[in-house]
Amino acid sequence: MKKIFYFLPLVILAILAIYLIMGLGRNPQDLPSVLINKPIPAFELAPIKGQTKGLSNLDLLGQVTLVNIFGSWCEACRLEHDLLMKISKNNLVPIYGIDWQEPNNLVGPRWLKRLGNPYTLVGDDPKSRGAIAFGVTKAPESFVIDKNGVIRFKHTGRITENTWNNTVWPIIMDLKKQ
Amino acid sequence: MTPAFFRSSCLVIALLILFPFNTNAVDPSEILGNATLEKRARHISKDLRCLVCQNQSIDDSDAPLARDLRLLVRERLIQGDTDNEVFDYVVSRYGDFVLLRPPVKAVTAILWLGPAIFVLIGFIGLLRYFRRQSKDENAEDQNT
Repeated sequence: MKKIFYFLPLVILAILAIYLIMGLGRNPQDLPSVLINKPIPAFELAPIKGQTKGLSNLDLLGQVTLVNIFGSWCEACRLEHDLLMKISKNNLVPIYGIDWQEPNNLVGPRWLKRLGNPYTLVGDDPKSRGAIAFGVTKAPESFVIDKNGVIRFKHTGRITENTWNNTVWPIIMDLKKQ
Repeated sequence: MTPAFFRSSCLVIALLILFPFNTNAVDPSEILGNATLEKRARHISKDLRCLVCQNQSIDDSDAPLARDLRLLVRERLIQGDTDNEVFDYVVSRYGDFVLLRPPVKAVTAILWLGPAIFVLIGFIGLLRYFRRQSKDENAEDQNT
C-alpha cells in the first residue's frame, strides 16, 4: 500500500506534462478578449484623408455593427478585403474601419481607392488609440457590436469565408433579432 | 598577438562589462520633461507586456504598438493618473496577460503557491527518508 506513494511524483509529473504539452498547441497571439460583453471604451479618431467624418464609439450605437481593424501594410487584411467588400455590397451589416498605424496619411486612402471601400466610416489611427481601445494586438481583428454598443464577439486574424458563414454571420443574425 | 593589441582588447572587454549597452527602446523624443513622471513611466513600462513580441516589456520593445503604449502611459500620467490607474486602464483593455507580474488572484493562486507546495512536498519526503534511516540505524544498533 505504501509503495503507491513512490509513484506519486511520477503521476504528478505526468499530469503536469500533459497539461503543459496541451499548452504548446495553443496560439499565444489568440488572446481571449476581456472586453466581451462590455461596452466599447470611449475613443475618437480623425477621418482619413479625403473623408469628412472620422469614427468614435458614439457612431457604433443603435444597430448591430462589425468593427474591423486593418492597415494597408497588413497582408492578411488584403486577403480579408474581398470578403468585406462582399458583405458591404450585400448590405449584410455595416462595417466600420479603424485604419491602423499607416506609415503616412496617404497610403490608407489610396489602398481603399484601389481595392474598394467596404466601410461606412473609417477612423485614422496612427497612434493606436482606437486599436488600444479594442485591445488589439495585430491586424486584422474584427468585433461584433450589438445595438447598445456592447462588444459581443471578437475574431483575431483574417475572417475567412468559412468563419464568416459558420461563426460571425450567425452571431450577427442572432443579435439583429434581439 | 602583440602586447599592445592584447591590452586594447582587454580595455574594450572591460569597458563592455563596466558599461553595458542601454537596452531600452525609449526614443529620446518620448522622454517627458518632468523627471519624476518619466521615472514613473519607465517603471510602469517595465511591467507592461508588449503584445507583439510577448516576452518583452513595452520598455524594451521596438514594436510600433509598444511605442504607442509607452506614449499612452506618459499621456495618462500627465493627465494625473496614479500608477495603478494607468495599469487598470491597460488591463481593462488587454486583460491580466498584459502584466508581466501576474496579480495574485484565485485563478493564479496555483502559479504563486505551486513552487512553495512542491518545496514542501520535497521537504516532507526528505524528512521521512531521514527519519526512517535513523530508525533503521537504531534497529541495527540494537541487534549488535
